[in-house]
Amino acid sequence: MIQLVVVILFLVVPQLLQAQEIELPAGLDDLSIMTQEDDTEQGLPFDLSGFLESRVGTRMQNDAHEKDMSIGEIRLQVGIEKEFDSLTFNFVSDFIYDPVLDKHSLDLETGQGFVDIREANIVFSPLEFMDVKVGRQVLTWGTGDLAFINDLFPKDWNSFFIGRDDEYLKAPSDAIKTAFFFGDYNLDIIYMPRFDVDRFIDGSRISFFDRASGGLSGRENPVLDDRPDTWFSDDELAARFYHSFGAYETALYYYSGYWKSPAGQDMSTGLATFPRLQVFGASVRGPLSKGIGSVEVGYYKSEGGAASNPLIRNDEFRLLVGYEQEIGTEFTGSFQYYLERKLDHSQYLASLPVGVIRDKQNRHLFTVRLTKMLMQQDLKLSLFNFYSPSDKDGYLRLNVSYKIRDNLKVEAGGNVFYGQKDYSFFGQFKDNSNIFTALRYDF
Amino acid sequence: MKNIFKLFLVLSFLGAVPAAAMDVMEVVKKANHVSYYKGDDGRAKVNMRIIDAQGRERVREFIILRKDDGDDDGKQKFYVYFNKPADVKKMVFMVVKNMDRDDDRWLYLPGLDLVKRIAASDERTSFVGSHFFYEDVSGRGIQEDTHAIVEENDSTYVVESKPKDAKAVEFTSFKSWIHKATFLPIKTEYYDDQGKKTRSYTALKVEMIGGHPTVTAASMENHQTGGKTLMNYSVVKYDVGLPDNIFSERYLRKAPRKYLR
Repeated sequence: MIQLVVVILFLVVPQLLQAQEIELPAGLDDLSIMTQEDDTEQGLPFDLSGFLESRVGTRMQNDAHEKDMSIGEIRLQVGIEKEFDSLTFNFVSDFIYDPVLDKHSLDLETGQGFVDIREANIVFSPLEFMDVKVGRQVLTWGTGDLAFINDLFPKDWNSFFIGRDDEYLKAPSDAIKTAFFFGDYNLDIIYMPRFDVDRFIDGSRISFFDRASGGLSGRENPVLDDRPDTWFSDDELAARFYHSFGAYETALYYYSGYWKSPAGQDMSTGLATFPRLQVFGASVRGPLSKGIGSVEVGYYKSEGGAASNPLIRNDEFRLLVGYEQEIGTEFTGSFQYYLERKLDHSQYLASLPVGVIRDKQNRHLFTVRLTKMLMQQDLKLSLFNFYSPSDKDGYLRLNVSYKIRDNLKVEAGGNVFYGQKDYSFFGQFKDNSNIFTALRYDF
Repeated sequence: MKNIFKLFLVLSFLGAVPAAAMDVMEVVKKANHVSYYKGDDGRAKVNMRIIDAQGRERVREFIILRKDDGDDDGKQKFYVYFNKPADVKKMVFMVVKNMDRDDDRWLYLPGLDLVKRIAASDERTSFVGSHFFYEDVSGRGIQEDTHAIVEENDSTYVVESKPKDAKAVEFTSFKSWIHKATFLPIKTEYYDDQGKKTRSYTALKVEMIGGHPTVTAASMENHQTGGKTLMNYSVVKYDVGLPDNIFSERYLRKAPRKYLR
């Protein structure tokens, strides 16, 4: 009996003690076993991605110059990436069915029609300290949030105002980008052999105030322009030299080309023009207090004689000051102040004929962004407001998106323009205030 | 026979005594090292399954590159390249983890070719929508808490940690079960001011990779919401020889394919 008790004590008790101990993770008891397998996935010979979405929106008020429907489209984006030895090929194209626009003829430059190629480029590194990207590409730099000073790459303001995804604010460029990396000093030089114009508000989709006629204008009378479009002579050059001082990123910028949206008019033909433009700028961005602060400046040197020519936009000084901080759990807030200052304002005023609209010397603009994530980041609420105290107008962007599944997202939003005057920057778009909804499937 | 038994006893005491007397900071330092600073650099493919209380599942998949700045278990750089879900594919998240100030963070959005600087957020908020916090992924500074060994058994030290700045965190204390032989924390539980368990981390699988015992499967459970995230590491490699310049704007815009395969 005693023997039995002893045996039990010796055999069973340690087991019980052992059992009370923490359970070790699999594998920790025998670390000599190698189990890591290579999970090289077999699939397509290239990388495929994209999405399919439908997006429908309507104006919240009647606009005599546009359709009630602000957006109504089905869009398929197909992205292909293929790597060769030392070369990567990227191709991203959208295929669109869009009954809102009147014109459907294909124009790859303006994105009109059923195909809009966003990327078609090759990337390679001819030297260890140099990257080259040649072809159609989307380009972005600078410190602004939906406000740009030294980023003079083409924007698509129509897409932005009717509620397409944020990525469509950037229109593609046909460019050669060369980037040099000399240790901590870096230089980007981008050459666009033919002027890449903004997809600006021309009335075909969004009505606007036409200063020539003194009233609102829309799709019945879209802007006709005379854009510089000769290959290799109507070209653009953009450069950025950047360096970080610790956590502070600094950059110098240069641009030589044309005003990206109409900034003049040809007296004889009445066509909108894009006068020559040079921009010299600088920026700094880094940690400030509990967030990120940034400052960007630019000197816009317009075409010669612009100062006293009412048909060519003045030289300008531009300033942007920004700050972003987390203000709660998964809740971020940011604030920007933006200034556009005409540098030859008195000459500009003197040159104007009697009775026309006179712009103030300074256009002040404040922006606020609030972003809140909920439900494990499946639900995202965002608000972005532009308000100009000098123009007494503004633009509110609201967006709610919810991910039903990882690859299926439903979205709703609004673009609300407000202002006292019909001719101010945002005020002129009042009749275009719209709400929209979208369903998007990513693959 | 008797002598051998004596010898055995002596030996076992010799072995046990230094362990028992092991300083808690020593344990915590080693645990921090094996959890976040193995090798000079590292690379892994991470798969996260985020499961909410209703059983709905979300998947995240990304490649993480890490490089240490020196051997003092301090500053580190992380490069996170997303593969899944599809709407964030090719997006890059880059972090420079600083010891003396807030981390520096960048996000690269490929659709816009935008390099965005992001305000360093509360370290104790969800990482990419999962139940893991930023701090669980990149490590919590060991100086931010006071530590004490509250229990010791054959295989683990149980360390209780309390925040020095209670207002900065959502927990009142946490307990870590640190495996004696490897110093890997194999379980961590967080408690609120009522002593209720709020979150718990469990190492589910450990493998020996490049001479480093490595947790290759783990879970993080939120006991308040009932959700949990399962994290799996594959294709783990240490001492890859990552060049320092990988963690720069150049490679945010042009993904370093060679290291992301």
